Amino acid sequence: MAESTLEQPKPGIASLTPDELETPPLSLGQLTWRRFRRHRMAIFGSVVLFLIVIYAFGGMLVFSEAYSNRTETGARLQAPSREHPFGTDTIGRDILARTIYGGQISILIGLTAMLVELLLGVTIGAMAGYFGGRLDSVLMRTTEAVLVIPQIFLLLVMARYFAQSIPNIEFLGRTFSGSVLVIIFVIGITSWPYLARIVRSQFLSVKENDFILAARATGTSTRDIIFRHILPNSIAPIIVSATLSVAAAITLEAYISFLGLGVRPPTATWGNMLEGAYNYVESAWWLWFFPGLLIALIVLSINFLGDGLRDALDPHSRAI
Amino acid sequence: MDPKRILEINNLRTRFHIAEGTVYAVNGVSFALNAGETIAVVGESGCGKTVTMLSILGLIPIPPGEIASGEALYNGHDLLKMTESEMEQIRGKDIAMIFQDPMTALNPVLSIGRQIGETLRVHLAMDKQAIRQRSIELLEQVGIPDPAHRLSEYPHQFSGGQRQRAMIAMSLACLPSILIADEPTTALDVTIQAQIVELIQQFREKMDMAVIWITHDLGVVADMAERVLVMYAGFIVEEALVDDLYEDPRHPYTQALLAALPRVDRRRDRRLLSIPGAPPNLLVEPKGCPFAARCELVFDRCRAEMPPLIQVAPNHHQAACWIDVTTGRKR
Repeated sequence: MAESTLEQPKPGIASLTPDELETPPLSLGQLTWRRFRRHRMAIFGSVVLFLIVIYAFGGMLVFSEAYSNRTETGARLQAPSREHPFGTDTIGRDILARTIYGGQISILIGLTAMLVELLLGVTIGAMAGYFGGRLDSVLMRTTEAVLVIPQIFLLLVMARYFAQSIPNIEFLGRTFSGSVLVIIFVIGITSWPYLARIVRSQFLSVKENDFILAARATGTSTRDIIFRHILPNSIAPIIVSATLSVAAAITLEAYISFLGLGVRPPTATWGNMLEGAYNYVESAWWLWFFPGLLIALIVLSINFLGDGLRDALDPHSRAI
Repeated sequence: MDPKRILEINNLRTRFHIAEGTVYAVNGVSFALNAGETIAVVGESGCGKTVTMLSILGLIPIPPGEIASGEALYNGHDLLKMTESEMEQIRGKDIAMIFQDPMTALNPVLSIGRQIGETLRVHLAMDKQAIRQRSIELLEQVGIPDPAHRLSEYPHQFSGGQRQRAMIAMSLACLPSILIADEPTTALDVTIQAQIVELIQQFREKMDMAVIWITHDLGVVADMAERVLVMYAGFIVEEALVDDLYEDPRHPYTQALLAALPRVDRRRDRRLLSIPGAPPNLLVEPKGCPFAARCELVFDRCRAEMPPLIQVAPNHHQAACWIDVTTGRKR
């Protein structure tokens, strides 16, 4: 309630106006921030994530992309040194520079795969949940059909199937291996079913509320009911799920790239830097240690962040 | 057609097909509403008052709902035959509805300003500045202090009464010609109730708006309505002017209802009467008079045949009963 009628007036405040007596109620955003702030691991995760992003994108200013791709056969498999702080790889490329440019691609893949997943998952889940009936059955059976195929298997088959056909692409003055697009597409198209289910269940419960009936009674169109009334009420689990799916996409990319089916060199990602590193697990630890560490850190920090968001956005949580 | 008649409902039947069978919620309801008139629809919970109104507005979910028959003529156009997009034009603009519980009828994640503005945006295609200006005026008119500031607040920052006022501002934004008020005071405490009734009455006079007031509070009815429809188990059992209904109820159910109501002008030592039994199971297809099982005057024909709603007294006083309750004679 807006009025804090339960609070007993304290002595000495009689001169204040009612407006001054009452602390202004917190908006939903402020409440969320308060709860998020209490979540130490989430704050830790946000900070680490922020540092990694600074590392990947700020590093561009120090090393050029050409440098990260330059092979130096005379300097193969060098251990970390002053000249190459993270060492060099099997064909003499600087690992520090490659983790920087690889990080950009990994983060990019994580974010765009999440967007593809959001687009598919939210649309399909919303349609199924709102319209129900036959459309719901068709969409949900499709969702289940995608779910029963192991995602990794589907990923590998699709990555292999599409990999040959895509040429390199120019974007922002840089050349990317076309396989980046393939990976984004493949990850997006295999990970939406969980999100679709979450969105559907949200829509099923939110659409039964009186305020939806009231909104319809004022002549609000179906499109506005879905996007302006139900979706904002379902946004919390969607945000959480989207956050966690960025981490999942980064892991999946690393996984397929490690198996040699992911992003093609010379474009670096943290995943394809691991490719072949297993031959040198003992002899050249720096090959796998730095990209591996970065993957572990970013996934961990995104998961902490998602966890914090889950608690902070939960409307049932009373903790302030 | 009477030029003043803006809404005419004929033989409306609404059913719901659910797992347990078919719910016969509204069973042939007919009534008419003139421009600027206030009618009250009274009856106990589950008697089909709300379902009737939602059917008229096309807000019954189909399936499981089904409008088995009937027409709802708004200025001569049948609302029940309109497409969804035609109905969207009517809802909120020509016919608005306010709901019983202001705690749940406002979207918790949208600001009050956005919810009031939505009606204006949808129907009047106003620009942002004009919407804001009009929303402030509306909030002011419904008696919310400091409206400019409160537009950006959320429903949880409003008290129950304020929310109902905001709901009223929303429904009246486009100056509808009919307002359906579905028990708008039930969830509020008594002093606020009186204020809300007062507020709607003011608007009705200012805008010459017709009001359909759904309630189970016969006290409120006496205050504001001109005519009353009494509903029971999906039927209209009696229709009369307010005074006629109170002084001369012609249906046994109405008589029993009024006998159950405490009145200041009656002797205090009389016990209030209650109606024995329970309303009929709506899952059974109605046959005969729905009140037969609880009626003292019941005879064979009541159980076999539903009595039609016929004129029983002057001023279009109608009742649906096989017995003339004033004389005890069968019709």
